[in-house]
Amino acid sequence: MTAAPPLLEVRNLRVEFPSRRGTLVALHDVSFSIAPGEILGVVGESGAGKSMTGAAIIRLLEPPGRIAGGQILLEGRRIDNLSQDEMRRIRGRRIGAIFQDPLTTLNPLYTVGRQLTETMQTHLDLSGSEARARAIGWLEMVGIPAAAQRIDSYPHEFSGGMRQRVVIALALCAEPRLVVADEPTTALDVSIQAQVIALLKRLAREKNTSMMLVTHDMGVIAETADRVAVMYAGRVVEIGPVREVVKHPHHPYSIGLMNSIPPLDHRVERLAQIDGAMPRLNAVPPGCPYNPRCPKVFDRCIVERPDLLDAGSTRAACWLYDPAEPPHV
Amino acid sequence: MSEAATVFEAEDLARYFDVSRPALQRLLAREPRRILRAVDGISFSIPKGTTLSLVGESGCGKSTVARMAVGLYPPTRGKALFEGMDLEQARATADQRRRMQMIFQDPYASLNPRWRVLDIVAEPIRAFGLVSGAAARRERVAQLLTQVGLSPLDGSKYPHEFSGGQRQRISIARALSSNPDFLVCDEPTSALDVSVQAQILNLMKGLQRDLGLTYLFISHNLAVVRQISDRIGVMYLGRIVELAPAETVFVSPRHPYTRALMDAIPDLEMIGRRRIPVGGEVPSPINPPSGCHFHPRCPLANDRCRREDPILKPARGTPGTVVACHAVEEGRDTGPTAVPPLERVGSSPAASA
Ligand SMILES: Nc1ncnc2c1ncn2[C@@H]1O[C@H](COP(=O)(O)OP(=O)(O)OP(=O)(O)O)[C@@H](O)[C@H]1O
Ligand SMILES: Nc1ncnc2c1ncn2[C@@H]1O[C@H](COP(=O)(O)OP(=O)(O)OP(=O)(O)O)[C@@H](O)[C@H]1O
Ligand code: SF4
Ligand code: SF4
Ligand SMILES: [Mg+2]
Ligand SMILES: [Mg+2]
Repeated sequence: MTAAPPLLEVRNLRVEFPSRRGTLVALHDVSFSIAPGEILGVVGESGAGKSMTGAAIIRLLEPPGRIAGGQILLEGRRIDNLSQDEMRRIRGRRIGAIFQDPLTTLNPLYTVGRQLTETMQTHLDLSGSEARARAIGWLEMVGIPAAAQRIDSYPHEFSGGMRQRVVIALALCAEPRLVVADEPTTALDVSIQAQVIALLKRLAREKNTSMMLVTHDMGVIAETADRVAVMYAGRVVEIGPVREVVKHPHHPYSIGLMNSIPPLDHRVERLAQIDGAMPRLNAVPPGCPYNPRCPKVFDRCIVERPDLLDAGSTRAACWLYDPAEPPHV
Repeated sequence: MSEAATVFEAEDLARYFDVSRPALQRLLAREPRRILRAVDGISFSIPKGTTLSLVGESGCGKSTVARMAVGLYPPTRGKALFEGMDLEQARATADQRRRMQMIFQDPYASLNPRWRVLDIVAEPIRAFGLVSGAAARRERVAQLLTQVGLSPLDGSKYPHEFSGGQRQRISIARALSSNPDFLVCDEPTSALDVSVQAQILNLMKGLQRDLGLTYLFISHNLAVVRQISDRIGVMYLGRIVELAPAETVFVSPRHPYTRALMDAIPDLEMIGRRRIPVGGEVPSPINPPSGCHFHPRCPLANDRCRREDPILKPARGTPGTVVACHAVEEGRDTGPTAVPPLERVGSSPAASA
């Protein structure tokens, strides 16, 4: 998989939000790539910039947010500088997006079936009846019971998880090369979740579809992702193979995050958590952004900001892994 | 009120939706009315200071129960009782409304986009006159925002300026702002990373311990459910099929659906593997299968199951559990298991397929 040229490459992406109180930098220097057929999991603190990264790739940043630096390449071609018109053609056809909030993707005034058939007919050469038959097929694939009977329902007539599955079907139905999936399975029960994940993995394997999968569910990550990026305060702080990042994380934030996973096999009085809160965008401390909460913090962390460094089998943005540092405990 | 007083009770609660096509189209196509039984007669009660969780497949009716529990949907049949008062009959008093709050499944849709966060969280405080003076109100809002891991300075922003998980925390802060006694939480932590989730769950447990809050909790995350619940109701197609103490459901699940659900839990030992989804087609709530709704997917189904609807009965061999299953009643199932589901998942040969 490492030999194939990446399908998506994000280089030093920077996203800013100009505001009255000054410019907020939501993403700093975010870099990663995704190979054809590869699933990159993205995890991290709520508010770290995961959705923002996805929105920048598909160019649906909420104004006044803007890409202020870096490059985004799809199949070797820059897409961060395309016009909104050119981008519209890429969205849907070559990049499918599953948004975190299903209600905002679905048009409440159109039936589920109409939204699916219109999306397919925009991007694929299909007759009305072909599109309708395929729409029913997609609804079945994402596990909507009695799909043929319910295709003419409106979104509000579906439960939370059913709407989420419609959104998944919408993102996949034009057979894109890259799927940006933001929390696609949070509203789903474990069984439907297993089914949706099996579908996503099958698309990756059989159609070589690449995927950026944002989720808080480490079980889903463990099962689905090939590699994982961990984000904190607008940066990638660790990236590496899934097994390593989940089982043997190196960055102190990743370690705290993995320790906070609620145990499934027994009950505890109090769950492990990382004390304190992630800094607000306009109050990120100098040095390492994790330094106020880090149990391993030392003097260099307060003044100097670490970049991704080799940390055994992963890369971590932490001075502990600078070979020039004496070993810290 | 004694310690074990019941705060909330559902009595044969049901809610149907008419999902027929428009009358003219229906007549032309000679179609009957289509009635969807989202919730079809469920009963449970929640003692003060405890948590009852509802789990089950997407679309099985959990949010519909939640909405009836706080009086947002009138039930088609049955009653929702808050401290013995029928929510339908006695139009809830202001004090009752203050004392029961809901955290919605969809955080964004439940926040007014034109209000600043400060006003959203302060609204119940103002409406119910809980603290007097703008300064005291701001202080209370600052405290609530800090409790959910946001900053008091976030109060001046609008909901769209927040990430999904931050919005979810705003709706939690708002629900807590009226000092409720009964909180209905529909997927309250689904948008949160595990560390912030732990923070919120610890906060909820702390409030329960210190102030005796009562929770009706809904989540697909069974690890979370295990950490927070005293009792668990497993729903299938609008009905409760198993109701039991939380630990019992995990250690000794009895209903075949509950067992299948436990086998479908993802877990960290499964890197790159596939888990076992509950087999078979998800049935439609418009045309539910005859007899036991689970029979088309159940490995233990027989003729009686196809004919006769099982009702909740105490499960032989598992004290505290009631279960709606003929096989359990007849002793045809494998009986109570003592093996924790996690080990079953990990060692199941199918998991490595
Ligand atoms: N319109 C906006 N204006 C200003 N700041 C914003 C805006 N939208 C998002 N932000 C901020 O940008 C940061 C990153 O947000 P993003 O939605 O990417 O987080 P996330 O990692 O997806 O979090 P979650 O897991 O909670 O969904 C957050 O701190 C958020 O408050
Ligand atoms: N307003 C409505 N009109 C018609 N049908 C509805 C309506 N609200 C809910 N339903 C149907 O009722 C059933 C139960 O929905 P509900 O939202 O209670 O499910 P849920 O258990 O909360 O699912 P999820 O886990 O996906 O949130 C679903 O089949 C849904 O389509
Ligand atoms: S650089 Fe320092 S503060 Fe930052 S994570 Fe590493 S040890 Fe902690
Ligand atoms: S009643 Fe019959 S079909 Fe239903 S769960 Fe029990 S054994 Fe299975
Ligand atoms: Mg997000
Ligand atoms: Mg729901």
